[in-house]
Amino acid sequence: MGTKVLIADDEPNIVVSLSFMMKREGYEVLIARDGSEALAMIRAEKPRLVLLDAMMPGMTGFDVCEAVRADPEVRETRILMLTAKGRESDVARGLGAGADAYITKPFSTRDLAARVRDMLA
Amino acid sequence: MAALAPGLALAAWLALGALLVGATLSGEERTLARPLLAGREALLFGWWLLAALLGGWMSSRLHEAHVAATGRLTDATRLLVGDVNAPALVPAGAKQQRLLAEAINALASDRRALKADMARLVEEASGKVALERDQLGTLMAELNQSVIVCNADGRILLYNGRARALFRRLSTAPAIAGGAELIGLGRSIHAVIDKALIAHAIEAIERRAARGEGAASSRFVTTTPAGHLLQVSLAPVRPGAAGAPLSGYVLLLDDITEDYAAQSRRDERLTRLTEASRASLASMQAALDMLDYPDLDAAEREGFLAVVRDEVNTLSARLSDLAADASEDLLTRWPLQEMLGADLLTAAAQRIEATTGQAVAGTEVDDGLWLNVDSFALTQTLAFLAHRLHETPDRPPLTLRLAPAAGGWAHLDLVWPTGEDAPHRPKGWRTEPMQLAEGGSPLSARDVAERHGGEIWLAHDRPRGQSFFRFLLPVATGRDAEAGPPERPEYYDFDLFAVSDAARALEDRPLAALAYTVFDTETTGLDPAGGDEIIQMGAVRIVNGKLLRGERFDQLVDPGRSIPEASIPFHGIRPEMVRGQPRITEVLPAFHAFAAETVLVGHNVAFDMRFLQLKEAATGVRFEQPVLDTLLLASVAQPDEISHSLEAIAARLGVTVSGRHSAAGDALTTAQVFLKLLPLLGQRGVATLGQARAAAEASYYARLRY
Repeated sequence: MGTKVLIADDEPNIVVSLSFMMKREGYEVLIARDGSEALAMIRAEKPRLVLLDAMMPGMTGFDVCEAVRADPEVRETRILMLTAKGRESDVARGLGAGADAYITKPFSTRDLAARVRDMLA
Repeated sequence: MAALAPGLALAAWLALGALLVGATLSGEERTLARPLLAGREALLFGWWLLAALLGGWMSSRLHEAHVAATGRLTDATRLLVGDVNAPALVPAGAKQQRLLAEAINALASDRRALKADMARLVEEASGKVALERDQLGTLMAELNQSVIVCNADGRILLYNGRARALFRRLSTAPAIAGGAELIGLGRSIHAVIDKALIAHAIEAIERRAARGEGAASSRFVTTTPAGHLLQVSLAPVRPGAAGAPLSGYVLLLDDITEDYAAQSRRDERLTRLTEASRASLASMQAALDMLDYPDLDAAEREGFLAVVRDEVNTLSARLSDLAADASEDLLTRWPLQEMLGADLLTAAAQRIEATTGQAVAGTEVDDGLWLNVDSFALTQTLAFLAHRLHETPDRPPLTLRLAPAAGGWAHLDLVWPTGEDAPHRPKGWRTEPMQLAEGGSPLSARDVAERHGGEIWLAHDRPRGQSFFRFLLPVATGRDAEAGPPERPEYYDFDLFAVSDAARALEDRPLAALAYTVFDTETTGLDPAGGDEIIQMGAVRIVNGKLLRGERFDQLVDPGRSIPEASIPFHGIRPEMVRGQPRITEVLPAFHAFAAETVLVGHNVAFDMRFLQLKEAATGVRFEQPVLDTLLLASVAQPDEISHSLEAIAARLGVTVSGRHSAAGDALTTAQVFLKLLPLLGQRGVATLGQARAAAEASYYARLRY
């Protein structure tokens, strides 16, 4: 059984590629389509790492991040935020919410895979 | 008797002399002298009389020359002191006195010349000041920006028409008070702009001035109670030298609500585009990265390719939406201006000649036709169309034609001869962006027509053998319609510069220096407690003794009940006139704001006040300012007159009554009457508000109660 990784993004077009890549990297991939689904899965499945999109309808990535950090059960989950927001203030907000790393879209999947490996090491 | 007195005195003097001589003589000498004198008494008496007459005459001459003439001289000189135009002195009397009179005459004529000079100078100076004020007033009226001048306390001394229009938009009761409750001479600007903000801006200016930096104005942005965003530029007014304490300030106001909203929209659009593009690019890049794996099966490969295609489509669609949005902005951002049709054609003809190198063959224009156009875009379009025609082999001669059409429109035609044949249609003339050698426009001819709310089409007039491009354009309507009341409104009062809030203890202030709201109401009947209601309110303002006809309040009110037929002849307001009008609960707060910080004046005002007081609970506004009644004041000023009806007083005081029994008309008449009463009251020692109230209360009519 591989390490569990959750991909939370409302854009199916990116989820397709990310899940394909993560599976090839040997992880067990879970997928959530919005913020509340993501939070529920984190609590239920306890993945080691979450690729979390910042802008999702309803509960945003920032909200999910804060909720995870506030929950002692899942507090240790590694969170890598992905976002189309590129301003410095958005990066600061993401890290302030408790993300371990922050990657701005678009990104190279090779770099992303390397970051994930580092974070799970 | 007076004439006899000197004679008697002389006779007594003579008798005394005779007695003295007699006393020195002894008895025999006396008997000796008697015969000597006997028979010569007449001679002696005659001689004495002659001497007496001579003496009398001499002394009368002396008196005349030195005493009486001096007195007359003194009187005449006094007259001259009092009145420079009194007649000159007539030299009379002794030589010295004649010289004196001439000297005084010279002095008087010098003084007369001096006074005349002074009067001329004063007149010139005040004429110049008046001219400057009028020029300033005119300039302000024409300025495209809202300008308000305030004194140091924030009282408005001057404003222009733009400011008036701006404040109409800022008003929270625009339909009722029309901004007149916010802007008006003598009103406080702090109703719109926070006092602290202005103080802060002035402080900033003072600090900069203290540091010796030149730029003496300060900018800030503020929101108004109605939610508008105002950009304010404040420049201080200082009397004389720099460094003097400021006596007021000039405010330039811009309503940037629209600009700001447009800018926010643009920003938001840009942010949205950036974020959405990043997301799309991320999906594409990730898919492309996956396609790099050499061991994909066909289905997987097709899946990632589909992602890329999908995202490319999404991105393209988003960009075209954005472009459409932006050109919409372009369409809405252009204001139309009024232009004389003939001028537009002249400009277009020049532009066409410059573009095609061929002069326009002729213009036909309906004189006096004004259009509402974006003249630049329109001449550009005509030049573009002319250019497209000019590219054709036959290079037809072109004519411009402008004529009015039905329904507030005009036809602007670019005409060329085509004979019987159907016209040649330049390809894409209507919808293509206009490309011209000297730079084009992203707009098409159709866009330009739409910008005017009009149309453009190509027509063929077979009988006349012509074809033409026809623009349907809006005729400028309502020229000067916004001129407002026929009399030029009073937009400035510099005398307010001298008024300070500190000196505003109302009771002791002269009546002439107060601000008044003179008002009147029309009602359904005479019994407010019995259910009668206000159906119309009208008011004008008086500031610094001037009637401000431009700042008026005139509002019909829906009484929420029927209007008795019997009352209609008195006010002329029929039920259908008040239908759809605001209720008293809306009107009274607006009137309260309009009357803020003024003394209320009305004719028989107790009646109107009763209606206002009964509405206090329903409307939540209380009128706590002092109230004056022209009926009572008239009875103070003219106690012997019997009738103090508004018509009677107006007739006595020479006030022309107009619009009697409409609230606004009666308010205007009352205001004029009030202004005429002020000097009459002054003559009776009633000069301050406190005195006026005391006198009115003491008057007979005050004992009547409603």
